[in-house]
Amino acid sequence: MQKDYNTLENIIRLPHKYAAGPIFTRFYDGLRAGKILGSTCPNCKKVLVPARSFCPQCHANLDEFVEVAQEGEVVSWAYSDKEFFGSPGKPPFITALIRLDGTGCNFLHLLGGDGLNTLENVQAKVKKGTRVKVVWNEDKIGRMLDIKYFEPVS
Amino acid sequence: MGRPVAIVGSGQTRHGRRFDVSYPELVKEAVDAVFENTGISPQDIDGVVSGTMPSMMEGVALTHFYFADVLRSVGKPILKTETCGSTGVSLAITGYYWIASGLADLVLVVGSEKMNEGDSQATMTTVVEPFYQRYFIAGAPGVFSMQCQEWSNRFGIPEDKVREAATRITIDHHNDAFDNPYAHIKKRLTPDEVNNARIITYPIRLWDVCPNSDGACAMLFASEKMAKKLGLKSAWVKGVGYSGEEYWFGDSEKAIWQCAIDAARQAYDMAGIKNPRKELDVAEVYNPFTYQEMLYYECFGFCGFGEACDLVLQGVFSREGELPCDPSGGTLCTNPIGATGLNRVAEAALQVTGQAGAHQIPGAKLGLAHAMGGVDQFNGVMILGSE
Repeated sequence: MQKDYNTLENIIRLPHKYAAGPIFTRFYDGLRAGKILGSTCPNCKKVLVPARSFCPQCHANLDEFVEVAQEGEVVSWAYSDKEFFGSPGKPPFITALIRLDGTGCNFLHLLGGDGLNTLENVQAKVKKGTRVKVVWNEDKIGRMLDIKYFEPVS
Repeated sequence: MGRPVAIVGSGQTRHGRRFDVSYPELVKEAVDAVFENTGISPQDIDGVVSGTMPSMMEGVALTHFYFADVLRSVGKPILKTETCGSTGVSLAITGYYWIASGLADLVLVVGSEKMNEGDSQATMTTVVEPFYQRYFIAGAPGVFSMQCQEWSNRFGIPEDKVREAATRITIDHHNDAFDNPYAHIKKRLTPDEVNNARIITYPIRLWDVCPNSDGACAMLFASEKMAKKLGLKSAWVKGVGYSGEEYWFGDSEKAIWQCAIDAARQAYDMAGIKNPRKELDVAEVYNPFTYQEMLYYECFGFCGFGEACDLVLQGVFSREGELPCDPSGGTLCTNPIGATGLNRVAEAALQVTGQAGAHQIPGAKLGLAHAMGGVDQFNGVMILGSE
């Protein structure tokens, strides 16, 4: 017979104030103004988004911001209907890598709108290369979820 | 190239939901096992390396201090190595460095995890920063689902074929697990059961995903002089490789996955391996997800890009195939994360020393062990030989 052993429940709750730094502060300011800001590397010429303080490939310092396109193509997506810790609202979630036009890396965000609330609909409407565009939240507070999601361009 | 390094023994715990023991007691089970299996006295070790997943998973921040007594480290130097999912292979590489440098002759290496005590998927989300990526990580499966799709799109592999090959992999591994006394999930699965299982994160279904396991693994690394003195069956480290890429998930390609390719290439170069599929006798590939196992076959040069599904369906990588992969059942059946990579090394060592028991690959002399960590960010590889 399996013996029941004691367990002790302990909740660790540690508030933490993360410094965003100058570049992410500016990126967040951009979101609040309805813009997606990136940085252009003077060396490899890649447009990187979100904006950053140096190029992760060339290590060139980046201090100029460029506004990038609010449309792009789906690279890949994942459909999940389970709520998880820190999840951005209620399931289902369709996380996706999106290549915004003119940029040199993939942007991680959500797909939504246009009936994308069942797996069948997502499978029918979203493929590699499907064109999507930003849908903004009405209340923008300077955070990642100011972008509500990307929806297919009809 | 430092001094030659031998693995002289290993000890694994029983894996599963281990609420029958506290966390240090679980670690003690593995540590006691390695000393019992080898007859070595804990007094003879020169130092200890231990590691886990990041502290959020453990419930205490400094596990190597918490485990100091059970690790037999009192009065000895102790190191912690922590690289997320690749911790186990990083631990083995740390032990290797210590011996190869000539600064120690016998080192105890221990990896452990108790995944069932906390909320493993929630703590996995805290692996990333809260500014950008944390909203979108969805535990681990979300990331691997996107990677799987990137891979199948890139090489134009039809979804049905990917599904069929993934189903074959999970059925084989869950069968293999019956022959591994330490494996957690052992189950006879049917294709229908696998194909119709509930979706975790599409396209990943229940039997494509590893379990939450509690367990620990301990190993002893020795110099050549010490290994000869001990006279135990030893596996020799022929090559090590570890490589990472940019932090943000969207910055690098994950289909032709450079850090996986580079980690294997570094290890092959050191071991003098030119044709891994021909030269390796067995591989313990880190396979938390069925799809990812196939991607590794390609990145490790076991086959060309886009070919893995066909070869899986031909049985090339099954127990009786040309290059048996994960005859232990692998990570897919047993995943105590901080120990998982070390389990891969321990299993490869058992194989090349002919001590793997019911899941022994006959005559195995050269094996590969591997683990991956972070948001598809790091890969580590170790090659072990019988001489």
